[in-house]
Amino acid sequence: MWKWLNSYADPERSYNLAGKMLPWFACLAIAMIGVGTTWGLLYAPMDYQQGDSFRIIYIHVPAASMSMAAYMGMATASFIGIVWQIKAADWAAASIAPIGAVITFIALFTGAAWGKPMWGTWWVWDARLTSELVLLFLYLGVIALYASFEDKVLAGRAAGILAIVGVINIPIIKYSVEWWSSLHQPATIKITEKSTMTGDMLYPLLINIAGFGMMIGALTIVRYRAEVLARNGMRPWVRDLANAEVTK
Amino acid sequence: MNRGISYTSAFMTLLKRDLKIAVRHRGDIFNPLLFFIMVVTLFPLGIGPEPQVLTRVAPGIIWVAALLASMLSLERLFKADYSDGSLEQMLLSPQPLAIMVLAKVLAHWILTGVPLILVSPLLAVLLHLEGNSYVALMATLALGTPVLSLLGAIGVALTVGLSKGGVLLTLLILPLYIPVLIFATSAIDAAGMNLPYDGQLAIIGAMLVGSLIMAPFAIGASLRVSTN
Repeated sequence: MWKWLNSYADPERSYNLAGKMLPWFACLAIAMIGVGTTWGLLYAPMDYQQGDSFRIIYIHVPAASMSMAAYMGMATASFIGIVWQIKAADWAAASIAPIGAVITFIALFTGAAWGKPMWGTWWVWDARLTSELVLLFLYLGVIALYASFEDKVLAGRAAGILAIVGVINIPIIKYSVEWWSSLHQPATIKITEKSTMTGDMLYPLLINIAGFGMMIGALTIVRYRAEVLARNGMRPWVRDLANAEVTK
Repeated sequence: MNRGISYTSAFMTLLKRDLKIAVRHRGDIFNPLLFFIMVVTLFPLGIGPEPQVLTRVAPGIIWVAALLASMLSLERLFKADYSDGSLEQMLLSPQPLAIMVLAKVLAHWILTGVPLILVSPLLAVLLHLEGNSYVALMATLALGTPVLSLLGAIGVALTVGLSKGGVLLTLLILPLYIPVLIFATSAIDAAGMNLPYDGQLAIIGAMLVGSLIMAPFAIGASLRVSTN
């Protein structure tokens, strides 16, 4: 199996594989976010306490949970890049970082917009909110470190180490609502037990979470392909690709 | 492979060397300390001299100033060794890299962290800190500043090869410092209200132990990247 997997460390093959996967991720993302958002915003029952304003949950929760998932994805890719010295993994990590930063910002922004009518304030210095803000800073640090090295092989390694060190923040975000008394509500969706949310509200949310994951996947693939081309500009197969594009 | 000398003597040799170099450049010890004192002095001038206000914000001010001072002084941790090539010699030596970076970080902490702890009661007087918070302040600094040195060294090791790493270093390290800041100031606040604060101290202690074990490896890996 290792031999089969390793063959995809070759830039050309991984570029082509990513190209084949892109339409699947993109179509699934559009379909799932379309269904989940329409269902959630128009057909899901109204919350008895918060009225219609709870519906921002269909953006906020997917963005927040996927911001952590994207970080884990980035750290895993960095780990693979450092341990097995696979450059393609470093490129993947570098392509996830800006997407994760934007998703984290969306989570913070929608959270603030939701907090204003519900808690009466845009922002509180609460464990969940602060640790999510730290996550944004970590993403920005990884992006800045990657950008500041001329040699992108070193840049990938250095940013990878920082990404792995930052993983310590992920469990803090996840359990912040249980460890500290927090204004932010505890987790509603549970994997092992029954969720404390009615199905009509829950299903569109789950669909949207999966849709956001697919969207991050699709965007990462686009950026990854660009990254592969940028790092392999001198290789013959990239030149052939460029020539084919010119003659078209 | 024959390593020549034992782990302990390698550690002690490097520690003594770094301390000796620092003693011969005394400015490196005093400048961060002066910076720390001056930043703290600016706050009463900025927010007004009322003792009640200062008492309330004193733990935060002292700790934020300590974070900034530690970061300023960290920049020089590997710089000189990097530019004169002795860092590469350390990487090439048969001794484990983690032991050597630990010696360097310890030397850095003795030179910048310890003076900061010693001078902190004086600053606490200036800021009208509650009488019963003094022990908490010094205890959190004693446990917290080594964590700052260890975590900061990772960032320094990552940026040592870059010509302008200063601002970038801030961006990389400050997010990692936030947990220390939160628990340290909450311990001092609790002490000010005569509440038990050993829980917060235990968490900072746990951070110290955790970073003591793991940071040297991260620092070593980062140095290998930077000196490539």
